[in-house]
Amino acid sequence: MAKTPDYSWPPMERRKVIGQRFKRLDGPQKSSGRAKYSSDTNPKGMLFALYLTSPHAHARVTSIDTSAAEKLPGVKAVHVTAPAGTEVQWQGFEIAAVAATTEELASDAVRAIKVEYEVLPHLVREDDLAKAGSRAKAAGEKVTGDPDKIFQDAEAVSEGQYGIPVATHCCLETHGQVIQWQGDQVMAWPSTQDVTRWAPGLATNLKVPATNIKVSMDYIGGGFGSKFAPDAWGEVAARLSQKAGGAPVKLFLDRATEQLIAGNRPSAFAKIRIAGNKDGTVTGWHSESWATGGLAGGGSPPLPYVLSDIPNQRLTHTAVSVNAGPNRAWRAPNNQQAAYLTCSALDDFAAKVGMDPADVYDKNFMYAPKERVETYHYQLQKALELSDWKKLWKPRGQSAGPVKRGLGIGFSAWGGLGHQSQCRTTINPDGSVLVELGTQDLGTGTRTIITQVAAETLGLPMTAIKLAIGNNSLPPDSASGGSTTVGGVCASTRKASMNALAKLFEAVGPALMGSDPHGATRTDPAAESSFADFLEAVDGHIQVKDNPANSLTWTAACRKMGSGKISETGENNPRQPGGLIAQGAAGVQIADVSVDPETGVVRVNRYVAVQDCGMVINPRLAESQVYGAVIMGISTALFEQRVMDERTGRMLNPDMEFYKLAGIGDIGEIVVHMDIRPENDKRGVIGLGEPPAVAICAAIGNAVTNAVGVRVPNIPMTPRHVLNALAGRNA
Amino acid sequence: MSSKKHSEFPNKPKRGFSRRGFIGVGIGSGALGTGLLEKDAEAAPAPAGIAGPGAVPVTLNINGKPMNLNLEPRVTLLDALRNHLDLTGAKRVCDRGTCGACTVILDGKTVYSCSVLAIDAQGKNIETIEGLATGNSLHPVSAAFWNNDAQQCGYCTPGFVMAAKGFLDEHPNPNMEEVKHGLGGNLCRCGTYMGVRRAVLEAAQQMKGGQRG
Repeated sequence: MAKTPDYSWPPMERRKVIGQRFKRLDGPQKSSGRAKYSSDTNPKGMLFALYLTSPHAHARVTSIDTSAAEKLPGVKAVHVTAPAGTEVQWQGFEIAAVAATTEELASDAVRAIKVEYEVLPHLVREDDLAKAGSRAKAAGEKVTGDPDKIFQDAEAVSEGQYGIPVATHCCLETHGQVIQWQGDQVMAWPSTQDVTRWAPGLATNLKVPATNIKVSMDYIGGGFGSKFAPDAWGEVAARLSQKAGGAPVKLFLDRATEQLIAGNRPSAFAKIRIAGNKDGTVTGWHSESWATGGLAGGGSPPLPYVLSDIPNQRLTHTAVSVNAGPNRAWRAPNNQQAAYLTCSALDDFAAKVGMDPADVYDKNFMYAPKERVETYHYQLQKALELSDWKKLWKPRGQSAGPVKRGLGIGFSAWGGLGHQSQCRTTINPDGSVLVELGTQDLGTGTRTIITQVAAETLGLPMTAIKLAIGNNSLPPDSASGGSTTVGGVCASTRKASMNALAKLFEAVGPALMGSDPHGATRTDPAAESSFADFLEAVDGHIQVKDNPANSLTWTAACRKMGSGKISETGENNPRQPGGLIAQGAAGVQIADVSVDPETGVVRVNRYVAVQDCGMVINPRLAESQVYGAVIMGISTALFEQRVMDERTGRMLNPDMEFYKLAGIGDIGEIVVHMDIRPENDKRGVIGLGEPPAVAICAAIGNAVTNAVGVRVPNIPMTPRHVLNALAGRNA
Repeated sequence: MSSKKHSEFPNKPKRGFSRRGFIGVGIGSGALGTGLLEKDAEAAPAPAGIAGPGAVPVTLNINGKPMNLNLEPRVTLLDALRNHLDLTGAKRVCDRGTCGACTVILDGKTVYSCSVLAIDAQGKNIETIEGLATGNSLHPVSAAFWNNDAQQCGYCTPGFVMAAKGFLDEHPNPNMEEVKHGLGGNLCRCGTYMGVRRAVLEAAQQMKGGQRG
C-alpha cells in the first residue's frame, strides 16, 4: 500500500517540460481552419433557428401572432418566449424564435411574426446622474477614520470626475449552441466556459435529468466571462428541437443581438477627492461613485483600488437602473473600473502636489495588502526602467512640439486561485498515457499546460501524452472564469499523474529492487514498503534514485503491470491548495502615447506590462495572455463604448463597424515582462487571465492627460473626448 | 484601421451563361455530401438575367473543384460555404463586411465572403482555408501563425491566415508598416496582433525560401 506521494513541484532547475516555451498544441488545428467550434457543428438534418427581438427599450407586448410564420415552407417550429402581457425591459429582449430548414427561411418566418407593443417610458443613459431621477438608488455609504477633519486640515486636496462607459464583450463567436432533444436524451454543442456544469444548468428548466444531457465542445470563439450558463437560448433551442420532432437545432445569436443582450461590462463614474501631504503621502479618500449594469443597477467598484488601507475614507455609491441588456462578468469584473478611477485620482493628486506620479505611487503602495507591497515596489521600478520613464517623462503639459507625448501608470491585482478540478490519468500496459479532464481551453493554452504538467510528472515527452477535454462525461472540472483554470487543472493533473506513477512504481519495483524496496536500509521493520520513495520517472525511464543506471525504459516498465491498466484520479480543492497553487497576482503597467491636440487623435507608442503569476508553466503562452489582455485594454481605452440614444432608447452601434475594436495597427509596441523571480515561482501556480487586463485604461488615461496637460476624464480616449477636455467642456 | 478588401458589388449574371454546362462538370466531383443537388439543379430552368426568387442552381469553383448547389440568390458566399458545403473555416462574426473573419480569396483578391453573394462568385476561383494545406503539412502562413502564437481562441485565425496569404501573394517583401496596413481589415478580440505581425513577416521569408507548398 503506497503512502500519499509528495505532490510538490520539482525545483526550478530540475524541470524539463514545465517552464518550457512549447507551441500551443491545438495551433495547427486553429491555423489551418480545421478546428471545429460549436458554431461549426452541422449534424445531419439540422435546422437553423433565429430570434425575433424587441426593438423597444421598454414596452409591453400586447399581442403576438405567429400563425403566418408557422405556415411558411420549411418552418419546423415556432416558440414564443414573450407572450402577450410580457414587459420588455431592454432592446433586444427575446420575443420568439423559429427553426427552419434554411437560415433564409428562418429569417422570412421571423419577419412574418406580428407583434404589437405598448411602448413605455425608458431610461438608457447614466452618464449624467442628475438626469437619472428615480432610477438612481443610493447603494450604501462607507466611512473609516475621520475623513471630514482630514480633508479640512490637509496640506493638499485634489479632486476630479472620471468615467468609464459600458463596453460589450463582443466575443467573435456569438453566444449559442447546437442542440438535439429526443425523448429524454439531449445532446448539446454549446459555446461555453463551463463544459462540466452546462448540463446541470439546463436540466432544471427542461426537466430532463442532467445525466441525460451530453455536452461536447472542442473549441470556443471567445467568452471573456460572458459564457457560463446555458442561458435562455439553450432552453429555447432545445424546445425548438423537441417541437421539430427531435431534429438538431442551431441557435447562435446574430451580431446585433449579441451586442445587445449577451453581455456587457458595467460602467463606473466617480467624483473623487484625495487629501494628503505635500510629500505625496495620501491621508484621506472621498468618492461618490455611480454605475449601471442594466436594469438591476450597477455595483460599486472596489475603491480605493489596491490601496485599500488608505485611512480616513468616505465612499458613497449610487446604482442606476437603465433599460439596456444586463451586464455579465468581464475579465476582472469591476477591477478595470476601479483601477481607472483610482489611478486617475492618484495621478491628479501627484499633479496637485507637483510630484512625479511614479514617486507618489511608490510612496502610497504602503496601503496595498501587506504581502504584496514589496512586489509593487519592485514591479514599478521594473516598469519605469523598461519604459525609459526617467528620460521620457515630463510634468503635465510640458511636452514640446506640435504632437504631445505623455506617459502614465496603472496597477492591478487579482486572486487567481485554482478552482475545483478532477483529473484522471491512465497508464496502459503498452506505455500509452491518457489524461482526462472535463475542462475547456478558451484559447489560453489549457490543453498545452495540462500536457506539460503530465509529461513533467511522468518523465515523458509531450508527444507521449494523449489529452481529452471538452466533454461532460470526463472527470468534473469547473468554469473557466476568474483566472482559476490554470491552477485547478495543473494541480489535479499533477496529483492524478503522481498517483498513477506511484502505482506503476509498485508494479515495476520488484524488477528493479527486489521484493522489499527498503532492503538493507530498513530501519523500521513495521514501515510499509513503498517503491515510490526509491524510484523516479526521468527521460522516459523508471530508475532507482540512488542508482540511475538501474532502470527500465518507460515501455518496458509499463509491460510489468500485466494485462490491466493503471487509472488514478487527482483532485484540486481550492480550500486545500497544498503548495501547488496560490492566489494574489500583481502588475504595474506604463503607457507611452502621442496626442495631436489639434485633432485629438491618440496613438499608443509603447506599452510596458510587468506581471507576476507565480510559477509559469509556459512562458510563451503566458506572454500571449499578457499581450492579449493589453491589446484588449488598449481597445477599450481608445475606442469602445456602447452608445445609447436616449430619445429612441436604442443602442446606436450594435455591430462591429461603429462598436470599434482596435486593429493590428492601433496598438503600438508592447513590452511584456513576466516577473518570474524565484520568490514568485515558489508560491505555485496563479491564474493569469484577468491580472494583466486591469490597468490599461488607467495607464492610457494618465498618459493622455500627461501629454495634453489637462485631465481627459472620460474613457474611451476618442478625439471627441480629448478635444472636449482641451476646450474645457467636460461638464 | 484600414481595409484593403475589394468591394464586391453584385454583378449581373452573364447572358448566355450555361449553368447546365457547369453542372455537367460538377457531377461526381463533390467530396462533400451536403447540399449537392445535381438532379434538382438540372431540372431547374436557366433564368435569363434575373435569378430567383427561390433556389437556383449555383456552381462554385472552390479550391479547384466545382461544387454544385441549389441556393436562393440571397445566400452569401459565406453561408454557402458554411451552411451548404460544411466548409466552416471561414467564420461568421460581424456578417457586415467589417471584421474579416470570413475572408476568402476570389480570383486572387481577398474578399469578405459575408459581403459577396454566392451567385456572384460563380465562374471565379474561390480559395478557402480548407484548400491551403497539402496533406498533413501546414501552409507556410498557417505554420508561421502557429510558430508565433498568433492565435488564442482562434476564431479570427482562418480569416487572418487567408488575408495574410492574399497580402503576401501581392506583397512578397513587406516591411512591418506594410503588414500593419495590409492586415488592417481583420479584427481579433483576444489580442493576437503581436504574433500576427511576426507571423506574416516569417511567412514572407519562408515563402521566398521556396518552401511554399
